Amino acid sequence: MGIQPKIVLDRRTVVKEILKDRGDLLLVTGLGAPTWDAAAVGDHINNFYLWGAMGGAALTGLGLALAQPNRRILVITGDGEMLMGVGGLATISVKKPPNLAICILDNQRYGETGMQETHTQHGVNLSKMASGAGIKNTSIVYTKNELKKAIPIFYEETGPVFVNIKVTDKPAPMTLPPRDGPLLKNRFRENLLGHI
Amino acid sequence: MALKKKTSWSNAVFKTLKENNVKQIAYVPDAGHTSLIEKAIDDNIVKPISLTSEQEGIAVLSGAWLGGDAGALLLQSSGVGNIINMLSMANECRFPLLMLVTMRGEWGEFNPWQVPMGQATQAVLEASGVIVHRAEEPQDIAETVEAAAKLAFEAGRMVAVLIGQRVVGVKDWAK
Repeated sequence: MGIQPKIVLDRRTVVKEILKDRGDLLLVTGLGAPTWDAAAVGDHINNFYLWGAMGGAALTGLGLALAQPNRRILVITGDGEMLMGVGGLATISVKKPPNLAICILDNQRYGETGMQETHTQHGVNLSKMASGAGIKNTSIVYTKNELKKAIPIFYEETGPVFVNIKVTDKPAPMTLPPRDGPLLKNRFRENLLGHI
Repeated sequence: MALKKKTSWSNAVFKTLKENNVKQIAYVPDAGHTSLIEKAIDDNIVKPISLTSEQEGIAVLSGAWLGGDAGALLLQSSGVGNIINMLSMANECRFPLLMLVTMRGEWGEFNPWQVPMGQATQAVLEASGVIVHRAEEPQDIAETVEAAAKLAFEAGRMVAVLIGQRVVGVKDWAK
């Protein structure tokens, strides 16, 4: 493991920047802090928040992307969540959904359980794992300038794309979106499909 | 012959899935599902999704339903052990979930390592809130899948059809 650049990006600022001009983007968030981060930007009818099902965020995005090939799908999740479902990168790579983007907010911690170190703290590189799975468009972001360049990747470049954003482990205030499963499902479907 | 009777029921089951508008078929291969998987890959409308672990399928099919696609998960009884926590998403959100489970570890099983999960499959599914139908005769499978599809897609439930090892065929490693 080489020397890692200093981690400076704040997760809330990063998510706010990514979602600033979201248009008709469909967003899936992984459990824990990424769900709170999206909620902090503002609850949105095109958001589907996971409150559990650890390891399932990117794959929920895959099923949605295959069902809605004309819409752009973004999954924002954490490093621990992605590690638990890391085989899913192979599944996603093989299906090659051109409309799916995956964003990891990598604070190198299990944030909801006491900030224990994840494997990325010890040199495990999720971007390289995605690349090893065969996902061609992968990158890692440390700086504000790199973030600025990464945002169009989420919206415009042919998927699947995978961007690992290193964020500080500074805790952010809890901002909780709705958590009732049928409500989240039904409002998302009604808005997208015109029926529940 | 490695497997007996493996394809006699799959035509009718695939037809039933199509009639129920299934668009995404996610799977971890099992010998008993070989023919269904081939049909899913050859079909022009169905999107086949090869998984590295069965739990991925619960998330994929939840996302599929969010986007308007009905789906089905094909797995072996051993794979049921891999899906338990992920079922909480389908359970809490009331996502329809249709699973076709080919059984090992029961009728004539020779591999002792298959027995624990095979014997626990139905109890584990039911403890997790999944409605279980069993099909023990080839001619019953499509009809059972049809009933399960109605419960899943119309009543919004998680349903598993367990296809008995007696139907799927006993692996004969001596041949």
